Amino acid sequence: MKDGHLLTLAMETSCDETAAAVLRDGRTALSNVVSSQIDVHRAFGGVVPEIASRCHLERINAVADRALADAGIGFGDVDLIGVTQGPGLVGALLIGLATAKAYALALGKPIVGVHHIKAHICAAYIEHASLAPPFLALVVSGGHTDLVRVSGYNAYTVLGRTRDDAAGEAFDKAARALGLPYPGGPAIDDAAQNGDARAVAFKRALLEKDSLDFSFSGVKTGVLNYLNTERQAGRAVKVADVAASFRESVVEVLVAKTLRAAEMHGETQVVMAGGVAANSRLRAAMDEACRAKGLRLYRPSPALCTDNAAMVGTAAYFKYAEEGADDLDLDAFPNLPL
Amino acid sequence: MERLLRNENETEALGLALAAKARPGTVIALIGDLGTGKTTLTKALAAGLGIAERVTSPTFAIIKEYAGGRLPLYHFDAYRLGGAEEMYALGFEEYFCGDGVTVVEWANLVEELLPEDAIVVELAYGQSADERLVRMKGACDASAAL
Repeated sequence: MKDGHLLTLAMETSCDETAAAVLRDGRTALSNVVSSQIDVHRAFGGVVPEIASRCHLERINAVADRALADAGIGFGDVDLIGVTQGPGLVGALLIGLATAKAYALALGKPIVGVHHIKAHICAAYIEHASLAPPFLALVVSGGHTDLVRVSGYNAYTVLGRTRDDAAGEAFDKAARALGLPYPGGPAIDDAAQNGDARAVAFKRALLEKDSLDFSFSGVKTGVLNYLNTERQAGRAVKVADVAASFRESVVEVLVAKTLRAAEMHGETQVVMAGGVAANSRLRAAMDEACRAKGLRLYRPSPALCTDNAAMVGTAAYFKYAEEGADDLDLDAFPNLPL
Repeated sequence: MERLLRNENETEALGLALAAKARPGTVIALIGDLGTGKTTLTKALAAGLGIAERVTSPTFAIIKEYAGGRLPLYHFDAYRLGGAEEMYALGFEEYFCGDGVTVVEWANLVEELLPEDAIVVELAYGQSADERLVRMKGACDASAAL
């Protein structure tokens, strides 16, 4: 507690970012430190779980110290510990969880376990002081593609999700097929800069008329089929055109389904969340579509879209306010449901 | 044993046939490039086991478990793993020797860890966009699924 404000120290280690942050009263990030392992994993074309756990373990204490220093506070000022509990890689989650428990026990402060996807959604509260439920959230990342109705600070209903590949996974795999680096989202974004998005007509999987689910396996296969056909025919592939066309097909479906969900559920506010929400084309297309439909769109800045701990602190704050603290025997759940 | 799968429905039929043959401890190794139908086959196999839950790509999570069917299903994906050592560290042996069916996508990346009696299913692109070639090795009564 400092000057009458509740201070939360939050940690996030569910995937390949080791992150810690300090939040004042849930919505103000006093610090947000992210130590990325992307360079370590790039050689493998993806996250390697054992390396991820080891990197988290080596970095977490230093990252937490740095978050406190950046916020200008000490351990003694911390009122609440927040930590990602799942979903994620179990070995990676356990490092954050064990560290958080140790801090909570040593400081005698409450601990709150947070759902990673709820945290992504909560990121929008940080930069938008007026945002309050109800709203519709589109969560798009490497492992998730969910449309979620948020009817209260702790009330989430999944309206639709992917039936096969997540949007970010489709980006990663299409990038690999095109010989572009990991992570695929930014690589495809760059490659698509000067490409023609209408060059290749990849399928848009809109599924049944009333469905809010997604399917991105088909467009991934579409890219591979296209590349195979062109190679067999001895034609040179224009990577920029394929990247732009692929990105457009994914973006179009994400935007169309979000608008459909808003209409079906009478939502007037839309929140974008998750790493893929940092994609430049998705941001522009969603902007335009929401404006045309008179929907209010909230997009966190890219640093709050990708994995970070500030979002975990915000989610922990709201959970603690309504539901209180968790016990110290809190466990990690790799498949934690929303 | 090699066969042509003319479309996605035939890939699903193969998954259902494998489900019918599966016993506790069955390990199915799936090998094939991106988009050749590994997850499609696994979805059908899960349905054949009577699993109601939606089976999605395990690439991000690396391991997904499904209960509620005739046998539990353990769905691995070695795509993002650095090799057999990583798989070993995930405790794969407990799954392989367990009471359920284990499916390993990108099994070629962790080949040395697969049990000798694993059913190996190789999928490759065919002539047309819909066609796939499948080659199966392993338990002979499983090959009858073709």
